[in-house]
Amino acid sequence: MPTSAPASIRPPLLTIALLSATALGYEILLMRLFSIIQWHHFAYMIISLALLGYGASGTFLALLQSRLLKHYPLALLSNLALFGLTAMPSFLLAQRIPFNPEEMLWNWREPVRLMSIYLLLSLPFFFAANAIALTFSSFSRTITRVYAYDLFGAGVGSLAVILILYVIPPLDALSLTSAFGMACIAVAAWELQLPKRLWIAIAVLLSMAIAVWPGQTGLVLSPYKDISQTLRVSGARVIAERFSPMAILQVVENDRVPLRYAPGMSLNAGSSPPAQLGLFSDGGSMGTITRNSGDPQAVEFLDQLTSALPYHLQRPRRVLVLGAGGGMDVLQALYQDSEEIHAVELNPQVVELVSKDYGEFSGALYDHERVQLHAAEGRGFVSARDTRYDLIQLALQDSAGASSAGLYALSESYLYTREALQTYLDHLTPGGYLAISRWIKLPPRDTLKLLVTAAEALHRTGVENAGKQMILIRGWQTSTLLVKNGEFTADEISAMRDFSQQRAFDVAWYPGISVDEPNRFNILREPYLYQAAQTLLGPHSQSFMDQYKFNLQPATDDRPYFHNFFKWSTFDEILALKDRGGLPLLEAGYPVLVATLLQALLASTVLILLPLLFLNKAKTSGDPQAISRLRVVSYFFAIGLAFLFIEIAFIQKFMLFLHHPLLTASVVLASFLVFAGLGSNWCKRYSTQQCYRRGVIGSVAGILLTGTTYLLSLDTLLAAMVVWPTGARVAVSIALIAPMAFFMGMPFPLALTSLGAGAGTLIPLAWGVNGCASVLSAVLATLLAIHFGFSVVVLLALLLYILAAWNFRSNSVN
Amino acid sequence: MKYLLQCYLLMSLTLSGPTPAADTQPYTQQRMELMRLIEQDVRETSVHLDREMLDARVMKALAEVPRHLFVPDPQRRYAYQNRPLPIGHGQTISQPYIVAIMTDLLKLTAEDRVLEVGTGSGYQAAVLAELVKQVYSIEIIEPLGQRARDLLNKLDYDNIETRIGDGYYGWEAHAPFDAIIVTAAADHIPPPLIAQLKPGGRMMIPVGSRFMTQQLVIVEKDSDSKVTTRLILPVRFVPLTGAH
Repeated sequence: MPTSAPASIRPPLLTIALLSATALGYEILLMRLFSIIQWHHFAYMIISLALLGYGASGTFLALLQSRLLKHYPLALLSNLALFGLTAMPSFLLAQRIPFNPEEMLWNWREPVRLMSIYLLLSLPFFFAANAIALTFSSFSRTITRVYAYDLFGAGVGSLAVILILYVIPPLDALSLTSAFGMACIAVAAWELQLPKRLWIAIAVLLSMAIAVWPGQTGLVLSPYKDISQTLRVSGARVIAERFSPMAILQVVENDRVPLRYAPGMSLNAGSSPPAQLGLFSDGGSMGTITRNSGDPQAVEFLDQLTSALPYHLQRPRRVLVLGAGGGMDVLQALYQDSEEIHAVELNPQVVELVSKDYGEFSGALYDHERVQLHAAEGRGFVSARDTRYDLIQLALQDSAGASSAGLYALSESYLYTREALQTYLDHLTPGGYLAISRWIKLPPRDTLKLLVTAAEALHRTGVENAGKQMILIRGWQTSTLLVKNGEFTADEISAMRDFSQQRAFDVAWYPGISVDEPNRFNILREPYLYQAAQTLLGPHSQSFMDQYKFNLQPATDDRPYFHNFFKWSTFDEILALKDRGGLPLLEAGYPVLVATLLQALLASTVLILLPLLFLNKAKTSGDPQAISRLRVVSYFFAIGLAFLFIEIAFIQKFMLFLHHPLLTASVVLASFLVFAGLGSNWCKRYSTQQCYRRGVIGSVAGILLTGTTYLLSLDTLLAAMVVWPTGARVAVSIALIAPMAFFMGMPFPLALTSLGAGAGTLIPLAWGVNGCASVLSAVLATLLAIHFGFSVVVLLALLLYILAAWNFRSNSVN
Repeated sequence: MKYLLQCYLLMSLTLSGPTPAADTQPYTQQRMELMRLIEQDVRETSVHLDREMLDARVMKALAEVPRHLFVPDPQRRYAYQNRPLPIGHGQTISQPYIVAIMTDLLKLTAEDRVLEVGTGSGYQAAVLAELVKQVYSIEIIEPLGQRARDLLNKLDYDNIETRIGDGYYGWEAHAPFDAIIVTAAADHIPPPLIAQLKPGGRMMIPVGSRFMTQQLVIVEKDSDSKVTTRLILPVRFVPLTGAH
């Protein structure tokens, strides 16, 4: 049994809260930073594995807990100091490791580099976890309170880091976490009433000043990111930079070698685009700001894109552009003389750059009398209003390179789900169009998935023959799908054929298309898009999708992974074609996720679970408590998985309600953590009366009750309130999350206290197992959601809580 | 501690590899082996490329050009592996298999004059120079263009003219060209390049990321100057299960 701290010493609660806040902030910042210097899904992989530092601290403490607890204040202070000292250098060194994901399957050095990054980044988490776990063990009678402060701190941290990112850029914010890590030492010295605490505080203040000293080295971006490539060209320079928790935005200008962006422009176009400024978000291209002098001739190229099609069939009066970005589609609508253009852009800083900083360059595009600008999320914007449009234009948002490498596979997108398309269709005037442009990929993937999704959306609105309301054209680089609220007329079809012919675009589908039409200008070995469209819009759609080597099943709000085209059945074939030009066929996102899970499983088992099980066995053999070890593992594993399953699923469930991804993540995460903290604090009454079992079963019953209610009614409930103002929706979200989170805060500290009371040596095991489960759960939840949807993730979480409660049925310790 | 030292020594030995000086012969052998692999791969991809094997002249050109000299020292040992390699400045040298196919699909003759947009390592220009009368190559990244120019001069490629600058406008002074190859990714085909392509000429554009060529786009201009494209998947892959 561990040596608990003397009763006279009170647990350093504020230290724990501050440390948790800092560690969570650190994690979020790392995620942001790796999304900037690498790509989103590798950021996810790297941070997931680094978090195993939490699990590893379990192993470490199992070995040294009794020794460390004898010198608890020193051990705590050392770990806090090591957290503060490693936080910044770990990242700075890790970003210098030249890891290139695209060479993973060719170069054995890449996995070694990746592993070095994991190891470096796991260090700060390891020290932070040591500090928290030592406090649990040292104050095993008041674990519920310590845990409450731990969660509460994390909740505050998750909000604070978002706020901080509005004021300072992410790398500077990271150095701030280092400073806060140091500050924890001073707080701890005060709380533990250590001698010479004044000197400690002074030393800490000095170290903090050094940690945040300006002049840190900058970010080292992968040389293969869009912005790195653009800046290599002589004359290119960043002329503006903005940061917010959403993204780092950069505007690039090149006087010597002008930027020119005209996705899929017709081969017959006589003129080139005018001067443009490159717009980059987290180092990835998000289009350009086009110089607009007011002379329509200068932007004539906008009429040479596949996305110009709808303007040639009718003259749409009211146009909605979703994802307006640098404004190319808005400019196109102006060029085409639309009278009322609504431009929706998620990131207000993009709007500011286009309309203020480069207002003159863009010809005051967003201030034009015919343009109304809305800084909002596209889907939410549409569903919250009754307005109907003659044309809803979904901009080509992702860059071609990222799209072709499958880099978006894991990003949830609520813009392309079946329900989203239904919403757009509901907001079209009779005869209005929905136009969606995508990059062409061979063999076709997203264009086809979009076609099936649109067909399903039409079927659900009662349309029997969806094919009569769709037109699909393609150039050599882009495709545009047009879905009409009504059937296409002969005049429209004739106009579409003229438009395509003049611009050397091919028609892939329209009602009445003939077999000799689809392969005239951009010749494919077989007219894949036409053939696929024929089948997908007919009765054999499902069997075609089953036989197709990429996943074409429409995304839904419950499974919002439009960009995931991966199929296991094709995996071997593609790998076998590695040396024969086959690797680009591999949709990387999904395999990376699976690889993350496998690595995390392997690392958890080899580095954490096995040592913990054996170490504890050696120590407790002959002890009657030894029998409960497996139960400890399964209990803490189950609640570790379940807590995050619910948290992640609810972030997604609330995404459509709160509209904004960042707002949703902050509100949901902070609510869960803070209310779970309150729950933990409240349940101390059970731990003092030592009726842990009642507490655990009661809290699990509460989780089941709220969870089941939400599973059955949350979607309907949220849909009814979706038009409420933002403040009200945030309040409702917090109110809905609060009861469930409150109960979810109890099972962990109650069981840990119960261990502390009877089998304290098992606390590191519980801590390590819980840490591993938390890491696995994040990856597992995404995988499960891709296959079965988020509702199933919630359901599984509830089952895991039942398993945990059943595990606790006979409290061996009590 | 002793163990650690041994491991380190072992690792550094494995990592350092053979010195280039002692290697000319093995490199030639490696190159021949690579040629054999490419021929085999092309046969398997023949359905998609409309041919059983590559033009013997293209294969000969690939067998002649010392690819290992076009990659930076640390990558040299991998020069004859069938994979793309980083050459610095965020650029790559394409997978040899893709270079072979792209060169072949241009259907070059000995009298052709070819424009390359994106010199990169200079390897593709060297391969082209083995096949045609004159190659003009433009590179936008200055140090890369300089390095390639020096190397091509050293290797006595007197039918390659290089320039550092913007390839968007082509090379008006030497236009028109029988073939154009655009190795830098493009979201649209620059109208000046289409204008500088001879009637009956071909332009090749690989589309994808720096390391992976997703598809090849061939722009063809017929004798009436009508322009069409062909989109080619350079791999033996059909999208439907059971379809061959």
